[in-house]
Amino acid sequence: MVNSSVENIDVRPVNKKENRALFEKREKIQPKKARGNFRRLKWIIMGVTLAIYYITPWIRWDRGESGPDQAVLVDLARERFYFFFIELWPQEVYYITGLLILAAISLFLVTSLFGRAWCGYSCPQTVWTDLFIFVERMVEGDRNARLKLDKAPTSVSKFGKRLLKHSIWIVIGVLTGGAWVFYFADAPTLLRELFTFEAPVIAYSSVAVLTATTYVFGGLMREQVCTYMCPWPRIQGAMVDEDTLTVTYHSARGEPRGPHKKGESWTDRGHCIDCNQCVAVCPMGIDIRDGLQLECITCALCIDACNDVMDKIDLPRGLIGYDTHAGQFDSNPERKLDIRFIRPRTIAYGLILALVGAVMLFTLLNRSVLDVNVIRDRNPLFVTLSDGSIRNGYTVKILNKIHETRQFQIEVVGLKNAQAWIESGPPIGLPMIVTVPADALSSYKLFISAPAQNLPGKTSDIDVVVTDFKSNERDIQETSFKGPEK
Amino acid sequence: MSDKVEKDEVSGTDTTGHEWDGIKELDTPMPRWWLWTMYGTIIWAIGYWIVMPAWPLISSHTAGFLGYSSRGSLEQELADATAAHAEDRNALVTMELSAVKNNSQLYQFALRGGKSAFAVNCSQCHGSGAQGAPGFPNLNDDDWLWGGDVDAIYETIKYGIRSDHDDTRIGEMPAFLTDEMLTKEQINDAAEYILSLSEKREDMAAVDRGQDVFMENCAACHGDKAKGGRDFGAPNLTDAIWFYGKDKDVILRTISRGRNNVMPAWVDRLDDATIRQLALYVHSLGGGE
Repeated sequence: MVNSSVENIDVRPVNKKENRALFEKREKIQPKKARGNFRRLKWIIMGVTLAIYYITPWIRWDRGESGPDQAVLVDLARERFYFFFIELWPQEVYYITGLLILAAISLFLVTSLFGRAWCGYSCPQTVWTDLFIFVERMVEGDRNARLKLDKAPTSVSKFGKRLLKHSIWIVIGVLTGGAWVFYFADAPTLLRELFTFEAPVIAYSSVAVLTATTYVFGGLMREQVCTYMCPWPRIQGAMVDEDTLTVTYHSARGEPRGPHKKGESWTDRGHCIDCNQCVAVCPMGIDIRDGLQLECITCALCIDACNDVMDKIDLPRGLIGYDTHAGQFDSNPERKLDIRFIRPRTIAYGLILALVGAVMLFTLLNRSVLDVNVIRDRNPLFVTLSDGSIRNGYTVKILNKIHETRQFQIEVVGLKNAQAWIESGPPIGLPMIVTVPADALSSYKLFISAPAQNLPGKTSDIDVVVTDFKSNERDIQETSFKGPEK
Repeated sequence: MSDKVEKDEVSGTDTTGHEWDGIKELDTPMPRWWLWTMYGTIIWAIGYWIVMPAWPLISSHTAGFLGYSSRGSLEQELADATAAHAEDRNALVTMELSAVKNNSQLYQFALRGGKSAFAVNCSQCHGSGAQGAPGFPNLNDDDWLWGGDVDAIYETIKYGIRSDHDDTRIGEMPAFLTDEMLTKEQINDAAEYILSLSEKREDMAAVDRGQDVFMENCAACHGDKAKGGRDFGAPNLTDAIWFYGKDKDVILRTISRGRNNVMPAWVDRLDDATIRQLALYVHSLGGGE
């Protein structure tokens, strides 16, 4: 008699290498529900990540009169990126580079320690697929019920279930796309506009595209996105080493596998009773007992399934568990995990992370709130005036990066007997004082003229000095003054 | 080729039956998504031919049901742009030109519009930086033949100089040699005198003779002190700026054969708002009075 407490499942790991011929129609995977610690952890992470995604655009942050009060906002029209206390202008896009480096190295570090933890728990594809499978299970039942429904002839109740499932999926898709657009505009305003059909076309089309991709990726394509579209599974091989924790089938303990009758001896055989529970719960359609493979996203649901079985047949848990490569060949069920967190690889990743993070933090904290650009006219290079003096023209751009109107004085240093004035600014001779609105760029036309005999040569080095009236913050820009050949 | 489709032993795929040096070509089917994408593009193309201009005919082309044309769409875009600026353009034509500077938003609008209109209409003669060329004034400097305040510039652009418009301003530099008003020697003396106003000359006798020639023939327009006169567009001959160049040969040629360059009238070619934008733009280049 087969061990009565464990259901023996007839399931085929459809993505097992031998089972997956080219050009064959995809066989839909119907994962069975798993119960256990990892399933619980996954529910929690799903809740947290979805909450972050949906709540973030609604967090308010006071920036005074001249700034938006949304904490996280990508303002494409005004070319600003707001993130709580950080505000970035387009020319500071290099912070994004730093952020991408941090993200990539963090991914490397986590992968070298815990394998594909990102894939298994927090990747949006995993989170939304999990959510879609949850809906499917609520509407159509668990694996067996769904298989039965697939085979059942067309009927009103089958059609109704299908309709309900796809409708909920599409609603989730709409909500996903709907939340996305709030990152790009004032969320409460946009929400009202979306419902009154006053929102910009791009908002509706973004929602539509993201609805479609969410529905297709989460509902229809699922594991194929990970296996065929995502580059990360291909890269992971370079990140994983013999000390990396991965979801491991302890083959030394499990083999030789085979059905087990209650009361039978466990000597001369492995602990795997070949119940196929690990295969049935796998959302990727593989058999973890084949070892680590490209398709495995290390979602750890097979661990939950196997532990459940081990409890029922009174064997120690952990036939499938997080372990290092070495653990695979250890047949001792009481094996203690010996994880080497400190390895040359993790030290290197950690150092890079700390370095890039420190540089970013330092530059962010010392970010200048005044930026000045001086651009010399090149056409014409210089102008001869009627009294024989030489005039040069410059465009002075002042970026006031705080939410306060500021006054600046512009001065020119380094040229004898020179006169400087701003086009349609204060009359010649008076200090050149300009007012730059809060959080804005202002552009001024600066003219400098000097008697030709005072010029040392074709080119003279000069400085344009811009000083904040109130704070005395100062920006000195080196430029040159051109004249005719001497 | 055999009638029976041969299967490749290793991959299990059909072969095409072609064989080179023992290597057989597999007859791998197109991926479905690729095939359907290709069918999709074909269907799209047929729809496109029907609704959009597509096929050349002998003297024209099929118009398409949507009535689209790239020329029409450009016209529409230009009209839309003009309409979008209607408010600013109306404000510009109703306001005193010298007052526009006080409205910084309107002024910026005028400068930007003026810059692009200048590039299209003026840069061919005056240069893209308005730096001019011999015979075409530099608009950056502070020397103005017909006045350098914004209203004078506006009038110059609108009606031109020696143009075919009735309200144009005219000044004539006569051809003193061609029309036999002066002899070659007299012209040489006059040139020596004119050059002596801004640099040291060696032949002082010629300069003295030239002064008499100048007073009799040139001072009427250029003034007793040769400072020029804006009523006739007569250049100042004492400053550092030379319309045609400072060489003596050039000056001799100018006196001998005269100079009568034309600035076209733009009133019939550009609308008033654009001419005003141009005037403000030119005035802003640094030499405006």
